Amino acid sequence: MSTQSLATQPIASPHAHGGNSVTRTMFRVQLALAPATLYGFWLFGWPSFFLWLLTILSCLGFEALSLKLMGSARIKVTLWDGSALLTGWLLAMTLPPWAPWWVAIIGGFIAIVIGKQVFGGVGQNVFNPAMVARVALLVSFPVPLTQWVAPLPVTSLAAPDFIHGLQIFLGNQATPDAMASASLLGYTKTELSRGIDLLHSLGGDHGALFSWAGTRAGSFGESASLLILAGGFYLLATGIITWHTPLAVLAGLAIPAAIGHAVDPTHYLSVSTHLLSGAAMLGAFFIATDYVTSPNTGAGQIVFGLGIGLLTWIIRTWGGYPEGMAFAVLLMNALTPVIDRFVKPRILGRDRKGKPLDIPESKGA
Amino acid sequence: MGFMNLFKTVLRGNWGVHPADHKRPAADQPIRSLPLPPRLHLMLSQHVGAAARPVVLVGQKVKKGEVIAAAQGNISAPLHAPTSGIITAIGEITAPHASGLPGMAISLDCDGEDQWIDLDVPADPYAVSPAEIAQRVAAAGIVGLGGATFPSAVKLNLGRRSSIDTLLINGSECEPYLSCDDRLMRDRANEIVSGIRLMLIATGAGLAKVGIEDNKPEAIAAMREAAARFGEVQIVPVPARYPMGSDRQLIVELTGREVPSDARAADVGVIVHNVGTAFTVHDAVCRGRPLVSRLMTLNGAASAMPGNYLVPFGTLVSDLIAFTGGLKGEVAKYVMGGPMMGTVLPHARVPVVKGTSGILLLDAAEAAAMEPENCIRCGSCVKACPMGLLPLEMSARIRNDDLDGAVDLGLADCIACGCCAYVCPSHIPLVQYFYHAKGDLSARQRATLRTESTKKLAQSRQERLEREAREKAEAAARRRAEREAAAAAKAAADAAAKAEPLGETA
Repeated sequence: MSTQSLATQPIASPHAHGGNSVTRTMFRVQLALAPATLYGFWLFGWPSFFLWLLTILSCLGFEALSLKLMGSARIKVTLWDGSALLTGWLLAMTLPPWAPWWVAIIGGFIAIVIGKQVFGGVGQNVFNPAMVARVALLVSFPVPLTQWVAPLPVTSLAAPDFIHGLQIFLGNQATPDAMASASLLGYTKTELSRGIDLLHSLGGDHGALFSWAGTRAGSFGESASLLILAGGFYLLATGIITWHTPLAVLAGLAIPAAIGHAVDPTHYLSVSTHLLSGAAMLGAFFIATDYVTSPNTGAGQIVFGLGIGLLTWIIRTWGGYPEGMAFAVLLMNALTPVIDRFVKPRILGRDRKGKPLDIPESKGA
Repeated sequence: MGFMNLFKTVLRGNWGVHPADHKRPAADQPIRSLPLPPRLHLMLSQHVGAAARPVVLVGQKVKKGEVIAAAQGNISAPLHAPTSGIITAIGEITAPHASGLPGMAISLDCDGEDQWIDLDVPADPYAVSPAEIAQRVAAAGIVGLGGATFPSAVKLNLGRRSSIDTLLINGSECEPYLSCDDRLMRDRANEIVSGIRLMLIATGAGLAKVGIEDNKPEAIAAMREAAARFGEVQIVPVPARYPMGSDRQLIVELTGREVPSDARAADVGVIVHNVGTAFTVHDAVCRGRPLVSRLMTLNGAASAMPGNYLVPFGTLVSDLIAFTGGLKGEVAKYVMGGPMMGTVLPHARVPVVKGTSGILLLDAAEAAAMEPENCIRCGSCVKACPMGLLPLEMSARIRNDDLDGAVDLGLADCIACGCCAYVCPSHIPLVQYFYHAKGDLSARQRATLRTESTKKLAQSRQERLEREAREKAEAAARRRAEREAAAAAKAAADAAAKAEPLGETA
């Protein structure tokens, strides 16, 4: 078969285009992330801003380097499509806000080079690059990846100023002990392992309500569930994503959580705690909805999302890590080609198996 | 009904797209006639099926409506002179096709008198027998004017043979830029309804449903008024959504029936004709006039006078442009048909044919081609596809030369509507991929057929040789047996002869 006619300037219809582009799509996702991110800067101060900035720059840098090494003629265009920027942004959303600079650099390398470019670049990767980096970092450097800080709004006196923030970011200043804190999921897991059940460990001020305002320890993606949710609704409204994946992820997490909590509230966290903690919202609306690594039909996305939600709940409840969203996403990413193979839309005039419909008896000649 | 629609939406999704329609101001201009150009060029092949066969000679004088090329075979259509004049050439000219390849055409120099032949008009057209209506439609050279250009009479006869209960009339005109059907329905509603009634008689269907997109309120009102006296003709507004005018989609929308993918519309008891076709059926049966001109849209940012024009077939696009005030700026792309499914023209010196619903003169901004990027698997194409296909998966297989994989995914069901490429954020020319693959597929099928027929020939030769050898051997054996039998008989006779004297002596 000659591919010549594929390579030449297209002459086939249509001679009109709806105007959508990769850049526009990525820009809208970034716009949806902006409120939660800005709120995160306010909560966690300058170090979090430096981390966010360097993670993105690292991703862009490694993207440019990979393209150059592969001899791409479209380096500038590809950087401009916003996909590497978005990967860096999403990765930063999942990191502890005061993580040191080298986490950003290594994270960018893993996400872009190992997670994406070795597969052939944008659209070709099997796994979500940001989640690959998140998991690799967590497994390789568990200490800095689990050091959470209590929120300390920029306006408060104790918050580090620009210079101090930079020093913290560069690792010259240890995180003050007074600020070190644990995320809710990590805290309850530790307490449970010490034999203290949830009713006792959550007796204090660790209620889920705090998460709506975000003033509790965690990553950006955890701290501002409400703003993440708002961003998610923006994506739904603009048609960037459909309801299938987010609803399925949240349902896959909420249904087992509800059953567990009803059976034994001392050992199973409540639905609201599950939905508002960790990366649940970010995962449901921004991570699991990644086009490249999720199924391409609505029905497939429901299967995919339910799998993520369920796996997240299982890992959170019985796994070794307090949070399981990243693992769950990667596991379901691996299943995406299988889901796509089995869940296909019905072709008009054919049945689900692809056989032509029967010609009605009474009408046939 | 509302619940059913919601149910259908959930079940089938929101197929199709809503392109900016660009129909106005052209749609609001009254119908205008184009003056006769000095010369017309009539393509012999401007319909589905076998090309017409010229029945005139160079230098011959013809009148308007005279047959200049006859239909050949079962699926074909005759051509008539669009005006009176002299045949000046029968030869090749550039065909209105993206390839720019030549095709056979009859050239006619117009004498300016526009003199009709004697027209045969039946006394009561609605009393004419179904077979005769189809025969008159065939003789008038009528083909599907929605763009498919399938000979209409063949479809009418098919309807009579295969128990059609509903005749669907396509007035959806879902392609952006085009408004000729809209204009025709607004200004010639009575003639269209008359044509529909004739087609009802010809097909034997009891009911006609006219589907008109709800973005044409004037057309719906005009058609409702014209059809008010005829209960068998229903006007049904349908949602404006591309490609509503595609027959399988329109059949689902108007009747709820789904045509099996290997069957025809007639197999589920319906048949679809375009409003333009209905109009010409009226013209052919009630006025005896063959199809010699059509209403078509001239549009695009580079056209000086966008609007709907009554154009004789064979008019060059360049003449059309000259008659309508020339160009406004520079044309980046000439398109015949609508922007979603139309054909690029190599240049403006190609003639208007029966299937020309519009000529678009697109400027640089409208024709801007974006550089394709990698597929990001966003699934926009899956949501847009009105057939329920997976364009992204099919194109990925075609890129990898996996034609069988693409066929398994339903390549043959693709109607090339262009929705996928229209919504693709990566600007991948998906339809081009599918045309390419379909071309390869038919080439492969042809090659397979050829191989098979060669094999069959070789096999039958082998069989023939074996049979001949066998027959030869049998004949030889038979002859030997005869010889032996004769020899034996002779020997016996000899023995008897020898024995006789002995016996006598005994």
